[in-house]
Amino acid sequence: MDIADLKVPAPTMTALTTPFWNAAQQGRLTIQRCEACGKAIFYPRGVCPHCWGTALQWEDASGRGLLKSFSVVHRPGHPGWLPIAPYTVGLVELAEGPTMLSFILRDPGDEIAVGAAMQLAPTLIGGRILPAFRQQTTFHERTGK
Amino acid sequence: MTMRRSKGVIAGIGELRPVRRTEGVTTLELIAEVSRRAAMDAGLEPGQIDGLLVGPQVGETPQHVPATVAEYLGLQPAMANVVDLGGASGPGMVWRAAAAIEAGMCEAVLCVLANTRDETPARSPNRNPIREFDVPFGASGANISYALLMQAHMAAYGSTPEDFARIAAAERANALKNPDAIFHDRPATIDDILSSPMVASPLHLLEIVMPVAGGDAVIVVSAERARSLPRNSVHLLGAGEKVTHRAVSQAPSLTSGPLKAAMSRALSQSGTTADEMSLLSLYDCYTIMVATTLEDSGLCGPGEFGAWLRQHDLSHAGDFPLNTHGGQLGFGQPDLAGGMTHVVEAVRQLRGDAHGRQIANARLALVTGNGATMSEATALVLGAG
Ligand SMILES: [Zn+2]
Repeated sequence: MDIADLKVPAPTMTALTTPFWNAAQQGRLTIQRCEACGKAIFYPRGVCPHCWGTALQWEDASGRGLLKSFSVVHRPGHPGWLPIAPYTVGLVELAEGPTMLSFILRDPGDEIAVGAAMQLAPTLIGGRILPAFRQQTTFHERTGK
Repeated sequence: MTMRRSKGVIAGIGELRPVRRTEGVTTLELIAEVSRRAAMDAGLEPGQIDGLLVGPQVGETPQHVPATVAEYLGLQPAMANVVDLGGASGPGMVWRAAAAIEAGMCEAVLCVLANTRDETPARSPNRNPIREFDVPFGASGANISYALLMQAHMAAYGSTPEDFARIAAAERANALKNPDAIFHDRPATIDDILSSPMVASPLHLLEIVMPVAGGDAVIVVSAERARSLPRNSVHLLGAGEKVTHRAVSQAPSLTSGPLKAAMSRALSQSGTTADEMSLLSLYDCYTIMVATTLEDSGLCGPGEFGAWLRQHDLSHAGDFPLNTHGGQLGFGQPDLAGGMTHVVEAVRQLRGDAHGRQIANARLALVTGNGATMSEATALVLGAG
């Protein structure tokens, strides 16, 4: 089954997070930035978790980050993911600061390790475009093999 | 010498033997049975119980849980509440009960957790950030979160799959001494654990608790009240708690958790150190949780749990008895009551009631609870009377 056709749970978006998911449909990753303390925030909130400031502005993230951890999921927690198992999820620390959990795209033979430089890779998953990630350079490109 | 002051006494314990399935039984029925056992053990009449702490009940009683449980049991408590800290709920109840008694609100608090287990477990229809920002990317459930913690530990410190498997093997060996444990007749070696199916790398199936139905209860009273009761008292000497996040993506650290602060407070309140403990009763939903807790306790340094395990004997006869009931990895995890099994076993050991697996001269126990994704932490230091 193609990843685009998975029957998996959709995001439970709210009025506040709708701008994030609308941007995701256009292939962009948006985060909030607090006007009071200047820090970047993910996931979107109604208040800055660092200073409780309420003036939060949307901005496009650079789409670059570092892989803090990952797991190859053989037995998914939701049966909708079974058709593509095993697949990879990871924690990506965005260049702007916050960390998000995301789907990690991997080519066959693409080795992966904690600390890898990651790049936003918007992907049609289960009928909607999600801000997935892939390594900035693949294993093949790095090693020339 | 530091005076160790009793903050409260665990006067009675109750536990249900875990089972894989319950058919047509309600949570309230199990709560009633395990509460009855705890009251009998304490030597208390139902009418003498005037405080009640219960857990959340997904799919059965979403609200008004304390009133529902109190009514079913015929109690009219002067203090009632829900403790909702996942696997830390049990230990979290114990210090709250002692605090309520200290505040003059009540004298004998029933702390009870139980769960049924049907073919299709009830699911809570979440609408919250973890549902919105983790689940749509393929990360449903705790297995993946703890796999991410484990992978981060291996990357940071070079810990190996064998290091983690050693924890499960030691606990499964301890479970052979507990006739109530779900794995009481099924040993598992390090090789068995490493050759069990990969669930979410690097986490193997036998590094994950077996979900079961069951129940655990304790009754907490004041030290004064305890003097008129038949059982040996087990004293609460110190407690600590910390909650840092919910979703693993929001964790301040992947290799150290909120138990570090919670254990530090509990030990400091009790005037004890981790290496003085007769028993380590450490929350163990996954092998990685025990590894991180050992490091956060200061028994070994960051990244050193593997070497520490190779140097110590974790059986009841060893130098660092750990989870002598088998832990949840060997006993089974009766949902939220799983955290309370660590309290109940510590009480057994400190009373000298752990038949067939009794630690010689058990004086002190460190009990930990952990909830969500290494998010919610409670630590207790218990002492023999
Ligand atoms: Zn701020």
